[in-house]
Order: sequence, then structure tokens, then C-alpha cells
Amino acid sequence: MYNDKVVDHFTNPRNVGEMPEADIIGEAGSFKCGDTMKIYLKIEQDRITGVKFQTFGCGAAIASSSMLTEMVKGKTLEEAQRVTNEDVALELGGLPPLKMHCSNLAADALKDAIAKYRIKQSSSRA
Amino acid sequence: MQKRQVYLDHGATSPLRKEALEAMLPFLQERYGNPSSLHSPGRKVRTAIERAREETALALGAEPEEIIFTSGGTEANNIAIRGAAQARRGKGHLLTSSVEHHAVLDVCRELAGEGFEVTLLPVDRYGLVSPETVARALKPETFLISVMTANNEVGTVEPVAEIGALARERGILFHTDAVQAVGQLPVDVREMKVDLLSLSAHKFNGPKGVGALYVRRDTPLTPLYSGGGQERQLRPGTENVPGIIGLARALTLAVEELPEKSRRLKALRDRLIEGLLAMGDAVLNGHPSSRLPGNVNVSFNYIEGEALLLGLDLEGVAASSGSACTSGSLEPSHVLMAMGLGLQLARGSLRLTLGRGNSDGCVDYVLAVLAPLVDRLRKMSALYPGKQS
Repeated sequence: MYNDKVVDHFTNPRNVGEMPEADIIGEAGSFKCGDTMKIYLKIEQDRITGVKFQTFGCGAAIASSSMLTEMVKGKTLEEAQRVTNEDVALELGGLPPLKMHCSNLAADALKDAIAKYRIKQSSSRA
Repeated sequence: MQKRQVYLDHGATSPLRKEALEAMLPFLQERYGNPSSLHSPGRKVRTAIERAREETALALGAEPEEIIFTSGGTEANNIAIRGAAQARRGKGHLLTSSVEHHAVLDVCRELAGEGFEVTLLPVDRYGLVSPETVARALKPETFLISVMTANNEVGTVEPVAEIGALARERGILFHTDAVQAVGQLPVDVREMKVDLLSLSAHKFNGPKGVGALYVRRDTPLTPLYSGGGQERQLRPGTENVPGIIGLARALTLAVEELPEKSRRLKALRDRLIEGLLAMGDAVLNGHPSSRLPGNVNVSFNYIEGEALLLGLDLEGVAASSGSACTSGSLEPSHVLMAMGLGLQLARGSLRLTLGRGNSDGCVDYVLAVLAPLVDRLRKMSALYPGKQS
């Protein structure tokens, strides 16, 4: 059902775990199936220098979370924000059609983190 | 640890046993006659089918003329429920439980759409339908009750004989889907007081694509198909001869071996349940004692069932789950939801169903590979509160 790359990211997820020193934590949940993801970002001068995640979800949700963290590490917030769920699924070599919605989770959690970070930045400047 | 292949999904299907295959082979080769033909090759096959019918009847405590061979459990359920509904003049009321297999529930839903009144009976937290609930839900126009013998997901064994007794007292037809029960529990149609009972061969090491419906004498059923007189017109079409022969052989052996198999599976089941619950933050789904000998269903908190299945599959263990992510519908199991399980626990359910080929070694292996997997998935879960410090 899943290709080798998805299975690899499920079995050996990259950047998994909590990050106590995170600058911001983003969250997303799927109303459809109940999957939940937390993403932890360390940000220096608008660039993601550290990233970790925790996910409650199926194999596709875990693999998408892992892949997204790999894709955005080192990117500027502007670059990272442009990563879509299709990009994540593509980078994983494709997901079964019924599992495409699982890849939304990761991109949504990242967008939530970036939005929260921008609010935090603007309020600290004010 | 050496990787093994461990099949723990006998509730989905079980391997064809050698004796059934050997009984079938001549009917896939030289004994190809059509049982409806008048010539000798046909008549010989007719004799074999009628012998299989006698064996099947004997195994269920029925009379041979009360056995209709079908293409499986789903077709048997359809012929029974829809056939009973269509045999009525006008509409009426039928009762079924909220934990039935879709092969029953969907037929009842369709009938509701056609003007029949359908009551879905609630269950308790173990998935049990109480006879009192059934009695209270009856109406003057109730013509059919359908309650499964044992649940396919959580293994709960329903009080079928009691429900059967109250149906019979009132002259209401009683159907039971015994697909999971046959081969794991003693099934006697007289003791259960059923009018209609469905079974499927591949659940008890028979072939796929064949099942049977017990139809008590004088039970009014309208055939769903047209086209021939086979199976008392209730299932017209040339018989699945090898399948029927395989069904009867597998059923006869399953009934013979039942006491020994039941004792052995229960021991494995209870050891497996104990080991799973010892992993912590886990609950047993289904009844603790009124339970199929081969059924284990446990929910792990903070973990999604599909991830568990994938992890187990990579270790060679075949299992199943009531998780939304495995169903194709994105809805968690209707059985677990009807039992009042929270969404998160319903999503974290794991079903392991034991069968003939399983041994103590299988139980040891699945426990050994599952413990680190549960630990790993919990540690990466966004919902896991972690070790409290």
C-alpha cells in the first residue's frame, strides 16, 4: 500500500520528538480522521534552524510529518511557507489517493507555527 | 530476534485446510458434471452435494432440506433478511443490533429506505445486546429480529438463545449472522431457536466464495434471484460444487475439533490479552468472558491503529484494526462507537484473531515486536502526555 520511501519515513522518522528550546510550536488536527500534529521550530533571522515534530496518526501522517521537517530545515520562513501538502506527498514518491489528506496535516501545522511566530514577532516589536 | 510470519487475522479469513482441499480436488477435475443433469456424471455430483448438505445439517443440528448453499455470508444475510421482508404483504417492523456486520446493517438500511421500519438496538459497553432491550423494542408489526451470534470485531458472544426464545414465543422470525461463531462455538439451530442462520466457509478453514443459510422449515422467504430451481429456488444458478464439498468437509472437522480447539485458542487468547494490557494505557474491547475463543481486541491510548498495523506488518504480523484510517471510510468502527468508546480509543484499536495455525510461539513473537512499537509510536505521538516528572 505504501512505497519504500513512506515506509522508511514511518520506520525511521527524522526530527521526531519534543523541542524544549523551540521559538514557536504549531499544531494541526484533521477533523476527517482525528490525526494531530505538533511542529516545533527554532528560528534565527527568519530562517528555520531547528525543527522537530510529534504526530498522532496513521503511517502516512507520520511519514508526511517526517518528510516536511526534512524539507523545511534551513529554509527561510517565506520559502517554508510555500511548501504544500502536494509537495510533501510528491517528495515521498506519492501517497495512496485515500491518504492524500494525511499530508495536509504537516503543511497545516507548519503554516500554523509560522503564523503564530509572525504574530509573536509583531507584538514584541510593538 | 528472528523475523517470522505470524497470521493473526483469522476473523478476516482463514487458510483452506488440507482435508477440505483434497475433498474438493476431484470436483475441480474429473467430477465436473452439472448436478442438475440427468446423466450419470451429473447424478454422481448431485449425490455428493446432497451428502454435503446432510453433513452440514448434522453439524448444525438441522435437517438437510433446511440448508441452502450460498456464495458466502453476505449473500446468506441478504437472502434471509431481504427475503423475509419481501415475503410479507406490505411493510412492517424489524429489529437488529447496532453492532452487526455491514452485510446485515446495510440490508436493513436499504429496507428502511423502502418503507420498512427498522430499530437499531443499542449495546452495552461490552457490545452485548440484552434480551430485555429486544423485548422492549418489539411492536405489534415486528416480523423479524436479526442479532449476530458473535461480533466480528470485538468477539462478544450475544445471548442468542434467549433472544430466540422470546422471538419464537411471539411468532417473530429470528435470524442470526453466525459467520464468526461457526467453528469457534457450538452452534445448534434448535437450541438457539433461530429460523435463519448464516455462515461462511472461509472463516473455518473452508474455501472462499461459499456459505450456507439455514432456513427453518416453513419459514416464508421470497427468492431474490430468478433463473433456476436450485437450492429450493432461493439461490438459483449452477451450484459451486467444489466449494460446497469443501464447506461440508471443513465444517464437519471444525465441529469435531471444537472442544480441543476452543480450549487451546482460549489459552492463547488470554495470554495475549494479559501481555497487551501489561503494556499500559490499554483497554480490552468486548466482553471479558462471553467472548469468541480466538478474538483479542485491545485499544492503545495515544496511538493510531493504522500505524500499529503498518508497524506490525513490517515485522511479519498480519492483524486488523477498527481505526478510521484502515476502513476506507475515515469513520472509526461503528461497533466500537456503539459500545461508547471515545474517538481516540476507537482509533487506537487492534484486533488479533487466532486460528488453527497459531501457537504459543506466535503469541510470544507478537508481544515481543509490539511492545517496542507501542513505545515508539507513543513517544512520537502529539497526544502522549509523556512520563510525568
